[in-house]
Amino acid sequence: MHNLTWAFKDSVVLARRSILHILRSFDQVMSLIMFPIMFMLLNRYVLGGAIDTGKVSYANYLFAGILVQTLAFGANYTTINLAVDMKEGIIDRFRSLPMHNAAVVVGHIISDLFRNIISGLIIVLVGFVIGFRPNASAGEWLLVALLAILFTLAISWLSAILGLLVKSLEAAQWMGFIIIFPLTFISSAFVPTNTMPSVLRVFAENQPLTHVIDTMRAWLVGTSLDNSGWLSFVWCIAIIIVSVPVTAWLFRRRSN
Amino acid sequence: MATKHSRISASVAIQAKGLRKSYGEQQVLKGVDFTLEQGSILALLGPNGAGKTTTIRILSTLLKPDEGSASVNGFDVVKKSAQVRASIGLTGQFAAVDDYMTGRENILMIGQLYHLPAEDLPERTRDLLEQFDLVDAADRPARTYSGGMKRRLDLAMSLVASPAILFLDEPTTGLDPRSRLALWHMIKELARGGTTILLTTQYMEEAEYLADNVIVIDHGQVIAEGTVSELKAQAGAERVEVTLKRAKDLHVVRKLAGAEASSDEETLMVTAPARKGAESLYELLGKLNTAKIPLESAALRRPTLDDVFLALTGHATEEEAAKEAKHA
Repeated sequence: MHNLTWAFKDSVVLARRSILHILRSFDQVMSLIMFPIMFMLLNRYVLGGAIDTGKVSYANYLFAGILVQTLAFGANYTTINLAVDMKEGIIDRFRSLPMHNAAVVVGHIISDLFRNIISGLIIVLVGFVIGFRPNASAGEWLLVALLAILFTLAISWLSAILGLLVKSLEAAQWMGFIIIFPLTFISSAFVPTNTMPSVLRVFAENQPLTHVIDTMRAWLVGTSLDNSGWLSFVWCIAIIIVSVPVTAWLFRRRSN
Repeated sequence: MATKHSRISASVAIQAKGLRKSYGEQQVLKGVDFTLEQGSILALLGPNGAGKTTTIRILSTLLKPDEGSASVNGFDVVKKSAQVRASIGLTGQFAAVDDYMTGRENILMIGQLYHLPAEDLPERTRDLLEQFDLVDAADRPARTYSGGMKRRLDLAMSLVASPAILFLDEPTTGLDPRSRLALWHMIKELARGGTTILLTTQYMEEAEYLADNVIVIDHGQVIAEGTVSELKAQAGAERVEVTLKRAKDLHVVRKLAGAEASSDEETLMVTAPARKGAESLYELLGKLNTAKIPLESAALRRPTLDDVFLALTGHATEEEAAKEAKHA
């Protein structure tokens, strides 16, 4: 059979393993379900009343922000799971098999996609409950889903790099929070960027998460799109193009 | 001539030539050579840090040697690593099982990654679960398994593809005596079925029970090679060892034990070479009985790994040295 076919089959075998981890680990199931619900409710009802989002209702404004934040946190599991695999004996077993080594990383990334699709669906449901009223067409919904998948892939590959760099599970968990929390807060996720101090504002308005959030928000509730539409795709694709070879290089380096 | 040559190379399962490996300044392997015949069991015996695991990692393609070469099942471990991987099974020092998956799922997954035909896998898995006494636990997650069960599952996973060559890195470390014995039986059984086995161990008795041949390795070098009995012969004969109840008997007992006897005033122990094996112990005990000398204990002591080490290198194993340093 062709080499690439095996690479794909091996990845599917290991993705199944990683998905079983999600379904059989109480922690992972709880975070998968509770995290998006909690953030949605806290932002909507604790902060929402004090935030001025202009003509758009806060529930409508918040939805894209929470969605992207949840996707980003979901990808942190690639960092954690890869860090755990690299530390334990199982990586030696995988490497001594006639399988495609890249499957170890790709398996976790596929399972991240699975996790984020479920989280995304939960967010849509909870969103409707708290007053999210999109006016998107079926085509626009499809574009949002597409961008969500592309964004998940991009951030999962970045997380894979982290997973290969950190030396412990604790570090893997911290890294996710240290990077993802500031990135989601210094963006247009929860508040409009125009009240931020100028340095933060310049950063917030030009970082990839804001572009992705603004694009989804525009498609869903009709806010203005500007350049964010194509910039968000360029960012995601650029991140993937850079991080795939870096991951491969790090994996080989860690292995020897 | 040509036929003879090819027959010889066909019976060699593993050949290592001048393997060297360093981590930074530290030389872990300083030129390791050995050959392993198909269908036999070879034990790499040595203390922690001797280079046993590094040797296994090189032979199982996990690590590239700095110098030297090795072939496994006729394939070069660096240039033909894919072919090597298809012909080996590896059970590392730490159980490499997936805790969240059941025993059955673990074995199935490894079978899939070996690229075995999907239709053969369920039956192969069932056979292995039976062979390694895991049928009752087959559908429980591996995190609920005991240490011995995890080790057995680990071994079963290494054997899914019926590899010609099996690497076992300290297979029984951390197991209770019963699980150890069970695992020994299973390893012996595999060798009887024709699998070539290279294992590492720190225990003389393990090498003695399992291996046809032993290589003693210390500080990255092979210091001795042979059967266990050959090595023991090098370490000297068995010894009788009696521990006394009263210090005042020490002098008398030492005389009764013969010219080559030695004694220790602190532990009240007298030892002497047992030239006639158990007979020597019997003789000495007879003499002590006649002299009405009370004993704390009496034993026939076989040479241990430490005795072998002492005889071969002039120094004890590092662990033994550390133990003595602690006592001093």
